[in-house]
Amino acid sequence: MAKFLFKRALALIGILLLVSMGTFYLVHLLPGNPTVTILGPNDTPHNRAVLMAQMGLNKPLWQQYLIWLGNVLRGNLGQSFITHQSVTSVLGNAIPIDFELILISQIIAIGVSIPLALASARRPNGLLDRVSTTSSFAMLALPPFIIIVLGVLIFSIHFHVFPGPGSYVPFSQNPWSNLHTMLLPSLVLAIGSVVVYFRLLRGDLISTLQEEYITMARSKGLSDRYIMWRHALRPSSLSLLAAAGLNIGGLVAGAFVVQYLLALPGLGYALVNSINQVDYVVVQGITLFVAVVVVVLNFIIDFLFTIVDPRIARE
Amino acid sequence: MSDLAEQMIPADKDPLEVAVAPVRKKRKAKFGFLFWFFVAWIGLTILASIAAPWIGLQNPNNGNFSSLNQGPSTAHWFGTDDLGRDILSRVVYGSRVSLIVGFGAMFIAMLIGGTLGMVAAYRRGAVDTFVSAASYVMLAFPALVAVIAIVAFWGHELWKITIIVGIASIPLVYRVVRAATLSYATREFVTAAKAQGASDTRILIKELLPNVLPAMISFFLIGVATVIILEGALAFLGLSVQAPTASWGNMIAESRTYLQQNPWLALFPSMAMFLFLIALNLVGDVLRQALDVQDAKL
Repeated sequence: MAKFLFKRALALIGILLLVSMGTFYLVHLLPGNPTVTILGPNDTPHNRAVLMAQMGLNKPLWQQYLIWLGNVLRGNLGQSFITHQSVTSVLGNAIPIDFELILISQIIAIGVSIPLALASARRPNGLLDRVSTTSSFAMLALPPFIIIVLGVLIFSIHFHVFPGPGSYVPFSQNPWSNLHTMLLPSLVLAIGSVVVYFRLLRGDLISTLQEEYITMARSKGLSDRYIMWRHALRPSSLSLLAAAGLNIGGLVAGAFVVQYLLALPGLGYALVNSINQVDYVVVQGITLFVAVVVVVLNFIIDFLFTIVDPRIARE
Repeated sequence: MSDLAEQMIPADKDPLEVAVAPVRKKRKAKFGFLFWFFVAWIGLTILASIAAPWIGLQNPNNGNFSSLNQGPSTAHWFGTDDLGRDILSRVVYGSRVSLIVGFGAMFIAMLIGGTLGMVAAYRRGAVDTFVSAASYVMLAFPALVAVIAIVAFWGHELWKITIIVGIASIPLVYRVVRAATLSYATREFVTAAKAQGASDTRILIKELLPNVLPAMISFFLIGVATVIILEGALAFLGLSVQAPTASWGNMIAESRTYLQQNPWLALFPSMAMFLFLIALNLVGDVLRQALDVQDAKL
């Protein structure tokens, strides 16, 4: 087990290094020069040379990478050329919004998909099962940017249930109106997750219910409800965990779109803004952060799996 | 992707795809009415996007400032947008962007990822180890973030987006094709062909490709749907083809300013995208189910 974990941790470090290189070179090898953005009309050859030297941009690329990586490891992601804000503070302001969005959406998604899958799997091909399977298939073809536009159209504009775009208030300022604003985007994100979790769980449950130990439990006279929650759901919770882990990348992406429409100042909003301003350092910082979070989360889920099911480590 | 994913999910399936796949029915998959309806719909959409200039549509980029933000009428079936442009015409022309990116990117991914996958699964050894490791690293990187970053600095032209999204899709295609090929590479007919002195190229093309192709086609369709969603998200963030060129994604994005006055602006492109995506998903899904039945018969 310890050896297995060690090997996995080594692989994690390797992947993280490659991801950091990828992010660094991605931004540096592409055309465009940050000095043009910073100096604007003062972009004379002399000024440019001075600035390049100051920023260390005239060193060989591998040296720049090592310097950058050293700074990153010390928690310094650089400073925006445009706003002169440090990237860490940009991240610090934006992350809570993404975290809140994803957290609420996952609570909704789990809360809806588990009972729905249990009820559907109990009577496969029953009315509820057919309705939920068909509608979840249709939902697959509804990307978050369509759902959010329709959501705003129906709930904000027609029924005035939720506030419209641009009404974000920090949680610390007014928790109630913050939650009220966050509910619509979280619901939109939740729909995508519900579809994934429901379809996975339903399939899993239906095959589990054919196992002998379920028949055994039934013949012991245990109640249906008890069997569903206790015997059938338990083994499936693993696949749910895996799906949730794989889903996280999609959630972050979905959150970008939702934030952009509702003007929620989260990571996606900050990313698009800094792209529009050609703010290399911020784009680099956000990209790196998101990539690292996704990679590390997958690692943690891997790790949880080995605890739940030690056979994985032995193979 | 991680070991646990492989653990949980049959090796020849993309985990997310498995997560969303319906429970496989034991009975033979039927090509029912819905299947043919959506096949026809895909055909119709492709046809309309190709024939757009010759089917009597108004110019998608010409505004008419005396009829702004109008609802559907006989003159404009889908209404007009904030510049008085015909929405029907923009939806039809906009399909070109989605279709080019969707089919183009998946074609690139299939060509490169598919070839690599087949060769890696057939030859195994160092090539397989190296390419598989590389595919894991690429998969670890969140695709949308990478694509956003590259598009942002390289450019928003259609062909660039197609290439970027195509390359980003290579690792997933590689894994699917590699797994599908693996299950055939050790079969008797391959050994027999080898014994008869067939070259590696011949075995790959004549023996393995026909067996892997059906799986590739169904994955291709679902992949196109995924890419179209990705392009839509890019367009929504203002990072796809630039105005005035219409795409479903940027039409939906533009509509957000006028939701109150003109909801049609959002509804028609959303509808077009939804129907096309559901058609791709359903046809891909039915094909895959039909395929599994064949597989089980062997």
